[in-house]
Amino acid sequence: MSLAAPKVDAEALFRYVLRLGDLSLVLGQRLGEWVGHSPALEEDLGLANIALDLIGQARLLLTYAGEIEGRGRDEDKLAYLREQGAYFNAILAEQPNGDFGQTIVRQVLIDAFQLELYERMAASRDGRLAAIAAKSMKEVRYHLRYSSDWLVRLGDGTAESHARVQSALDLLWPYTVELFAPDDLDTLMAERGIGPELAEVHAAWSARIDAILTEATLKRPADRPHAWHGKRGQHSEHLGYILAEMQHLQRSYPDARW
Amino acid sequence: MSAVIFRGEERVATARVAAAWQLLASVEDPEIPALSIVDLGLVRFVEVRPGGDLEVGLSPTYVGCPATEVIRRSVQDALRQGHVGNFKVTNVLSPAWSSDWISADGRRKLLEYGIVPPDQSVSNMRDVLRGTHPLACPRCQSLDTEMVSEFGSTPCKALHRCRACLEPFEYFKCI
Repeated sequence: MSLAAPKVDAEALFRYVLRLGDLSLVLGQRLGEWVGHSPALEEDLGLANIALDLIGQARLLLTYAGEIEGRGRDEDKLAYLREQGAYFNAILAEQPNGDFGQTIVRQVLIDAFQLELYERMAASRDGRLAAIAAKSMKEVRYHLRYSSDWLVRLGDGTAESHARVQSALDLLWPYTVELFAPDDLDTLMAERGIGPELAEVHAAWSARIDAILTEATLKRPADRPHAWHGKRGQHSEHLGYILAEMQHLQRSYPDARW
Repeated sequence: MSAVIFRGEERVATARVAAAWQLLASVEDPEIPALSIVDLGLVRFVEVRPGGDLEVGLSPTYVGCPATEVIRRSVQDALRQGHVGNFKVTNVLSPAWSSDWISADGRRKLLEYGIVPPDQSVSNMRDVLRGTHPLACPRCQSLDTEMVSEFGSTPCKALHRCRACLEPFEYFKCI
């Protein structure tokens, strides 16, 4: 039904929706590693709740991707039975948690990206994507409030906390470039009014991030060309470990149910 | 003649819809049993479809909320036990559920349960996110309260603390 308005190749739309879903799924899985290990109970709750929202987004998106594909793959089959090369998330999402500060830096960078992306995608000509984006956007606003509050506290905190989040920012910043580098798929979706122009998302993201970094007394690193392509299925070594853990049960006991 | 038959069918359909609403009003939220799913504004519509199936539209509060599945099953059980005939339960995502849709009755029940109901309309989300105005403690009504955590025991709630009576309390977030 939602495919009717903009004429677009089902295979392309499938890949595009998977990309969005994989970013949420992989980041959600990463955040889940903090459960029971956070610096305080409140942060355990915070990170687990954000993870839950992200898994919720991933479920909606993977379900939709499976329907577009039309080969009987549901959310579970797509999450648990795809190999690393068939995952299309930008590789920022799979970067290790590091310390709490590094997790917060990664979170701010992706929360701000998702917020700007979803706010525009809420007007997508694909009705289903528009609905998922409009719903998710409301939750992501709270994610960003949480993560940016923490970044300001840590950046503008002690010399130790400042140094740690600045080095996390320097470490993770190069991976943000991939989020905004449009490839053929991004361009096609923007042309058809299904996804936003990434240049527009980038400008809005950049302004938002600058404001947060200024308040956090952190220095914005320079953009550098990147040589990785998670959006095409070329990942860092980290994704394999995430999938090994996440997919273990379904691989060992196919079709196991609760 | 056909018009008369149509009106008769319509009466039966209306009665079925009313019965379904009554059954749905008895379905509790698994996390906040003081509230029904109707109080929370989760039931989007109850309609009889041309084929004779009753369709109930349900919205999730948060996309990852584990209670969503439980609520769906409770709704199916209630409708089955209430003998409303063939039915199906549909997930409604758009427009996205908002805390603005919690009924006045729902807000009162929340407060009685010890959870501060959402106190601002999400039509002005900027003000909501700035979050500068203090919440009144549900136990002692003091305004000397603070937020402890943005996220509480469920996705829909934040954790606060009253500095006057020293009791923690939960706040249902505006979304």
